Amino acid sequence: MATKSLNVNGKRVSITIDDPDMPLLYALRDNLALKGPRFGCGLAQCGACTVHVDGTAVRSCVMPLSSIKPGQKVVTLEGLGTPQKPHPVQRAFIEEQAVQCGYCINGMIMESAAFLAKNRKPTETQIKQALANNLCRCGTHARIVRAVKRASTA
Amino acid sequence: MNTHFKPTRRNILKGGGALVVSFSFAPQMANVALAQAAGSAKPLTLTEVDSFLAIDAKGMCTVYSGKVDLGTGTDTALRQMAAEELDLPLRRINLITGDTTLTPDQGTTWGSLTIQSGGIQIRQASAAARAALMEEAAKRLNVEKAELTVADGVISGGSKRVTYGELIGGRNFSIKLDPKQPVPTKDPKTFKVVGKSVPRVDIPGKATGTFTYMQDFRVPGMLHARVVRPPAMEAKLESVDEASIKGIRGAKVVRQGNFLAVVAANEWAAIKGAQQLKATWSKWAGLPEQSKLYEHVRATKVAKDEVTSNVGNTTEALGQGAKKLNATYDFAIHTHGSIGPSCAVAEFKDGKLTCWSASQATHNLRKQLAQMFAMPVDNIRCIYHEGAGCYGRNGHEDAAADAALLAKATGKPVRVQWSRADEHGWDPKGPPTLIDLRASLDGTGNVTAWESEFFIPQSAGGFNVPLVAATLAEMPYDRHIAPGNIIRNSDIPYKFANIKTVCHRLESTPFTPSWIRTPGRMQNTYANECFTDELAAAAGVDPIDFRLKYLDTADRRGIEVIERLVSLAKWDKRSSPKGGQSGDIVKGRGVSYVKYELVRTYVGVVAEVEVNRSTGAIKVPKFYIVHDCGQIINPDGLKNQLEGNIIQTVSRTLIEELKFDRSTVTSLDWASYPILTFPDVPEIIMDLIDRPTMPPWGAGEPSAAVVPSAISNAVFDATGVRLRSVPYTPEKVKAAMRGAA
Repeated sequence: MATKSLNVNGKRVSITIDDPDMPLLYALRDNLALKGPRFGCGLAQCGACTVHVDGTAVRSCVMPLSSIKPGQKVVTLEGLGTPQKPHPVQRAFIEEQAVQCGYCINGMIMESAAFLAKNRKPTETQIKQALANNLCRCGTHARIVRAVKRASTA
Repeated sequence: MNTHFKPTRRNILKGGGALVVSFSFAPQMANVALAQAAGSAKPLTLTEVDSFLAIDAKGMCTVYSGKVDLGTGTDTALRQMAAEELDLPLRRINLITGDTTLTPDQGTTWGSLTIQSGGIQIRQASAAARAALMEEAAKRLNVEKAELTVADGVISGGSKRVTYGELIGGRNFSIKLDPKQPVPTKDPKTFKVVGKSVPRVDIPGKATGTFTYMQDFRVPGMLHARVVRPPAMEAKLESVDEASIKGIRGAKVVRQGNFLAVVAANEWAAIKGAQQLKATWSKWAGLPEQSKLYEHVRATKVAKDEVTSNVGNTTEALGQGAKKLNATYDFAIHTHGSIGPSCAVAEFKDGKLTCWSASQATHNLRKQLAQMFAMPVDNIRCIYHEGAGCYGRNGHEDAAADAALLAKATGKPVRVQWSRADEHGWDPKGPPTLIDLRASLDGTGNVTAWESEFFIPQSAGGFNVPLVAATLAEMPYDRHIAPGNIIRNSDIPYKFANIKTVCHRLESTPFTPSWIRTPGRMQNTYANECFTDELAAAAGVDPIDFRLKYLDTADRRGIEVIERLVSLAKWDKRSSPKGGQSGDIVKGRGVSYVKYELVRTYVGVVAEVEVNRSTGAIKVPKFYIVHDCGQIINPDGLKNQLEGNIIQTVSRTLIEELKFDRSTVTSLDWASYPILTFPDVPEIIMDLIDRPTMPPWGAGEPSAAVVPSAISNAVFDATGVRLRSVPYTPEKVKAAMRGAA
C-alpha cells in the first residue's frame, strides 16, 4: 500500500493505493467518489472517461497514476462547473438538450471544453473532427455539435 | 371507475405520504429499509389510483411508474402527463420508476409503449385523482364543482380555497380504475404542459456529474467483482489456478459450475484478478462458419410457420405474371453496444435479495431471479437505476444475476461491472435475418402478386432471455428463445391483389437472441420497402407514386405523411435509377414508408446518399423524416428520439456486423465492432405531425424501421445496383457494382 497525492478539481487530495499503475479513472471514481468520469471501454476507444490533465483532454481509463507528476492538475466534469454554476460548455449542452442517455456526455463535454480553449471559433467540420474519437450510441451527435457551436459563440 | 372518495389514513411508520417524501429526497441508502417497510402498505395493482400516485401534506405528488427511462427522456414526458391532468406544476411532481416494491408492473419498457401504454395509465390515475379532489373540495368549500378553479395544486371557489395537500395529504385515494371505463381526461385544447418542449429533468445532472447512474451506485461494505467468461461460448470449466492471483491483495475467486469471477474490496484488484486468473476450459466450436451464416440460417429446421397475411392466390397469380421478380435479403447479427457496460449491485440479507439494476423489466427480472435461486418472489426486490442507453434486452439482467450469485456466495453486497469484452461478447444478440421475396407485374406494370418468406428464430416459451449466470452455474432457468415480436411488419401496407407473407420460425439461431431497437420490424420493413422499390423500378414508375397507388386511400394519415414528405424533401419525381452521372461520386435519393405494426405510428423518410464508385463507400449527408405518432407529449424530446433512431440505424446499416469464429464472438471492442462517428452523421430534417386530439402512440422504434431500406433505395437510384445485405460495406457495394457491370 502506498499513498498518492493528486490535485483534483483544485483540491489537494491523498489516496491510498495498492498498485501505482492503477488507471486514474478508478482513483477518481472509487477513491474520490466522483461520478463525472465514466467507465466505457477501458481501452481509450470511446472517450467516456475523459478528464483534463493540465488542460489537456486525456483518457483516464488507460492513464496510470504513476504517470501523473506532482503538481499536475486533474479536472473532472464536476470541477468544470455545477448545476447551479455550469461551465459555458455544460450550459450549452443543457440549453441544446444535447443528451440522450448521457453516458458519453462527460467525454463530449470534457473533449469539447479542451478543444474550445484552443480553438475559439471552430467550424462545424472542425468540431466533428475534434469529437471523431468520442463514441455516442444513442445518436445524439447532431445536438452535441450544435451545443459545441453554441458554446463557441457564447 | 369508482368515484367514491374515501381517503384512508395511512400508518405513517408503515408507509404514508410523509414517508414517500422522505424516500424521494433523502439520500438513497437511508431509505431502503424504510421503503421496504413501506412496501407492504402500497398498492401495486393496475386498477388502483394509489398504485400510480400519492400526494403528501405539502402538495408534492409522487408518481410511480413501472416503465423506466432508458435514456430517451420519458421520465420528463411521464411527469408532464401527470402534471397536466393533476393541474400541478412540474416541480411538484416526483417520479419513482422500476422498483418492484413501489411501482406497479406496467410491463417491460419495450415496444415503443412507455407513453402509449404506461403514460396513458398514469394519465388515467391522475385524472381520477383530480376528479376526486375536485369533488371533495366542492363539499369542503360548499361551492358548486363547476365554479371551482385549480392552479398549482390549490382549488379555489367562492373566495375560499383548499390545497391538494389539505384534502389528501398522506392518505390513500382508494379509487378503483377500470381500463374498460376510462376516466374523462382534459380537453387537449386546454393543455399547458403536454405538447410543450419542457427541458428534461435529468440533463443538468448528467452534464455536471451529479446524476447517479447504475454504474455509480454503491452500498456500504460492498465488494467489487469482475466475471471471467468462457473463451468459447459453451466451454466447460476444467480447472482454476487460484494461486495465479495470489499477488493481488484481497482478490478472491468465486466458482460455481462454469461460472467464474473474481471479487475484491477494491475495484482495480478485481479487474487485475480477472485479467490474470489462469483457468483451463474445454474446447467448444459449435458456431456456424461466419462466411456461410445465411446458408446455416436457411438450413435450420423450421419449428413452425406463421402466415401473417394471405390474400387471393399468389401461386396462381405468380404463374400468370408478365414480369416476375425475386430477391433475397439478409440482415446481420447486431450487438446492443451500450456505451456503458452492464452493471448491477445485489445484496442478500436475512434471506431476502435486493438487486439494483438498469433492467428494462425489473418485475420480470425479479421472477427470473426467484426461479434461479429457488426462492419466493416476495423475498426479492429489484430497484431500477438508469444505466447507459438501453435499446432492448441487453446485459443488464445478466449482470444482475451475476451480482446476486456472487452476493449469495460471499455473504456481502457485490457490485458487478462488465468489461467492454463482456458486453460485446455476452449481451444477447439481434438474430440474423434472411428474407426471400417474389412478385409479379402484369403487362401494364400493375403488381399482381407479392410473396415473402422470413427465416427468423422462433419465440419459444416466453420472454425470459436466459440469465447467463444461471446457464453457466447450472442453476434453474427457462430455456426460452425470446427474440421479441419479430413477425410484425412482415405483412405489408400495400393493397396488391394477391399477397402471402410467411414467417418460418426457426428452431434455433447461433447466439442467444433478444430484442434490439425495432426488432423484426426493422428487418422486415427493410426487405419489404426495398423490394417495393424494386417493383417500382421494374414498372418504371416514381417510387412515391408507386406507393401511393397501392396504399389504402382511406388511411388519410399515411397518405398525408407521404404528401408532406414530398414537400419536405423537395422530392425529385421520376423513376429510379437516376442515370447519366459521371465521375466517381454519384448521388441518389431513396424513400421508405412504414405504418408501424400496420396499426400505429406512421413514418416516411427520404435518404440522400453519395456513393463513391471506386472505393464503394456510402455517405448519407441528409435524411428527411415526416412522423405522425398522434398526440406529441414533448416535441423536443420526440425530435431527440427520432434523431437518435436515424443516426443509430445509419450506423447499423452501413457498418455494423458481429464477427465470430467457430467458438465465440470476436467483435469484442469498438475497433472490431465500429459504430458511426461524428464526421459521418447525417443532417436530419424533420416534419412532426402533431395530433393533440388523437392518442399518443410510440416513437421509440418506428422511425428506425425505415432507415436501411431508404439508404438501399437511394444507392440504387445513384448507381443502378441493389444492396440486399446489411451492412452495406464498401466491399459489398463494389461487388454489387461488379456484378451489374
